[in-house]
Amino acid sequence: MAVAFDEMNGPGGALRSAYHELSLWLKETPPDALEYRRQEAELLFRRIGITFAVYGEAESTERLIPFDVIPRILSGKEWTTMEKGLKQRVKALNMFLSDIYHSRDILRAKIIPDDLIFQNPVFRPEMNGQDVPHDVYVHIAGIDIVRVDSENFYVLEDNARTPSGVSYMLENREIMMRLFPDLFARHRVAPVENYPDELLAALRSVAPLTSKAEPTVALLTPGIYNSAYYEHSFLADKLGVELVEGRDLIVKNDEVFMRTTEGLKRVDVIYRRVDDDFLDPLTFRPDSVLGVPGLMSAYIAGNVTLANAVGTGIADDKAVYSYMPDIVKFYLGEEPILKNVPTYRCREPKDLSYVLDNLKDLVVKEVHGSGGYGMLIGPASTKDAIEAFRAKLLKEPEGFIAQPTLALSTCPTCTASGLAPRHVDLRPFVLTGKNHVTVVPGGLTRVALKEGSLVVNSSQGGGTKDTWILE
Amino acid sequence: MLSRTAESLYWLARYVERAEYLARTIEATLRATALPDAYVGKSNEWESALLTAGIDDIFYKFHEEANERTVVDFLSFSLDNPSSIRNCIENARLNSRSVRTALTSEMWDTINGAWIELHAAWPKGAKTREDLTKFLRFVQETSLRFDGSAYRTMLRNDAYWFSRLGLHLERADNTARILDVKYHVLLPEEEHVGGPLDYYQWTSILRSVSALTAYHWVYRETLKPWLIADLLILNESLPRSLASCYGNLVRNLDQIGVAYGRQGAAQRHARGVRNRLEHAHMDDLFQRGLHEFIQEFIADNARLGDTISKQYLI
Repeated sequence: MAVAFDEMNGPGGALRSAYHELSLWLKETPPDALEYRRQEAELLFRRIGITFAVYGEAESTERLIPFDVIPRILSGKEWTTMEKGLKQRVKALNMFLSDIYHSRDILRAKIIPDDLIFQNPVFRPEMNGQDVPHDVYVHIAGIDIVRVDSENFYVLEDNARTPSGVSYMLENREIMMRLFPDLFARHRVAPVENYPDELLAALRSVAPLTSKAEPTVALLTPGIYNSAYYEHSFLADKLGVELVEGRDLIVKNDEVFMRTTEGLKRVDVIYRRVDDDFLDPLTFRPDSVLGVPGLMSAYIAGNVTLANAVGTGIADDKAVYSYMPDIVKFYLGEEPILKNVPTYRCREPKDLSYVLDNLKDLVVKEVHGSGGYGMLIGPASTKDAIEAFRAKLLKEPEGFIAQPTLALSTCPTCTASGLAPRHVDLRPFVLTGKNHVTVVPGGLTRVALKEGSLVVNSSQGGGTKDTWILE
Repeated sequence: MLSRTAESLYWLARYVERAEYLARTIEATLRATALPDAYVGKSNEWESALLTAGIDDIFYKFHEEANERTVVDFLSFSLDNPSSIRNCIENARLNSRSVRTALTSEMWDTINGAWIELHAAWPKGAKTREDLTKFLRFVQETSLRFDGSAYRTMLRNDAYWFSRLGLHLERADNTARILDVKYHVLLPEEEHVGGPLDYYQWTSILRSVSALTAYHWVYRETLKPWLIADLLILNESLPRSLASCYGNLVRNLDQIGVAYGRQGAAQRHARGVRNRLEHAHMDDLFQRGLHEFIQEFIADNARLGDTISKQYLI
């Protein structure tokens, strides 16, 4: 694999300008002071209870995501381009979803094969012909971006269902400001703290037309055992809305109400952090107790808005992902600003045979997988693992895509042996309301803490960093 | 507010109060058992600690004998006992997590901090008596901090009132249970009055509700059973007395009633219990039967809990 691009010490070790002040500051700051702050940060995270649950581990069911105190910095110029690209991409995603569930122009134009949509388990026939307020499907998108050199950012994944991580973007900033006020004094860092206000405004703007007065917004969580529960409670708090579970809601005459100490209260907009499958046992999985019986019929009747809409999974499906450049061109008539990682569709015989011949150099992912599970990282795998994966691939080629192993950029990170480069990615959050698309300047930077590792997922031991956009 | 939020706040307060009460009971029992038999008699103090906590049934499913080791462990650390101090703290934290948005950061910090400390310092229970004493102190301090942070930082709205309802309901239950188990030592005719046996039994009752000093302030007399009963049942100035708990329950329910613009069965029921306490006299209670009175009270108190649930929490 090629030597990765380092975001601080660019090609040939030349310090990049956005990191100028940070580099001076690092020289002045003794390593043990950094370590001390790191411990302090960890203590804060633990006391505040910023944890995520790990499934299937009896002992420590709540873990901290390791936090790295060295910020990841992007220049204002880099951000401007990225922001444009993000807005463009999310606009196209929304138009695509509307089209797929209505007239299906893109299928008729033969840009995407029909079966990729209709035989996809995340496609929701219930949404056929169903209008959603202001034609917004993906109100909250988390777009995963990786960088390969000074010029090029690639979109690795579009998260259009219930993307998480935004609480870390906000809390990381809070904790950094508490621990390193002097470092902030030396930079002009664009604020992210208005995210909850922007989110609430976006959610209120898409209230159903039948809302009588001020729309009531609630955040629907699967409950305290969900891995992102902390985030759910954090956001509900910042938004100033009720954090509800399925059992708090009841549907009567196609309207949704929450049970309160003063009786039933109508809910107009639900920011749901529960997956489609569990939303309504009458429509989807009958064994689920997380959802609300009748919720879908209230939704179809237009009496409640769900954010994100039902059926958005079809837009972040990894097989559909490979068509994103075409999707942007088809709906907007523009060249995509953000590139896709070159992707081989194993469903196509030509691509499959290339992938099978080059498994040791490729990353192969399950089309419906997430969280870093069910993937093969060729260069880091054993022969046996590759062969095992080959069998899986041959059995169900349409279940996989493959990408070249990217040399993800690195960023200086605190390690046991001092500062060292570690691979990072970035998840900015794009909000879409009635009339506009917004992105607060920043996002969640995830960092692979193991030397050489490319896996940044928190469920696989990755950490996070504060992300600074300089003004 | 969401019914579930109110319910969690209510239970959160109950669990914290219960943990403190259990810690006090263990402490008082440890003191009592440290005395020679001549002072405390042959009665098994550990058995009576189980009875006050109301968990004797389940205890004997796991243990044959009630002694210091088994009872302390069961009341403090056991995972088999749903109301052990450890489980109270676990449940308090579970409830706190599910209503984080309704708690102030100070309250969350107290509960989460206590939970972290519990796991760090007593993962396997207490090793020595000294360690146990430290643990009991930690539990009482947690409860004090929690109560204090709620009192100092919460908005005076329904969230606060529901948490206070939980606290006072639990407290009334605890005081009543002590009286119920010990009522026989308060009955003047059953034992030789004024003997060392009674004296230390009475002291232990007062200690377990932290009212020994208060007794002397209020009555300026040596310990007398009817005065102890008067203090714990009818004296509104003692925060753990039944009368004081009901004064607070009625007040908190009225505050909720006013805020919501309507009253209901819970308000009526609480007022009824308070009125009975207000018009009761110690002489009558002894005449009519202290045990029966307390039994009735415990049932009434539980009924208030049900009524509150039906009216607001479900």
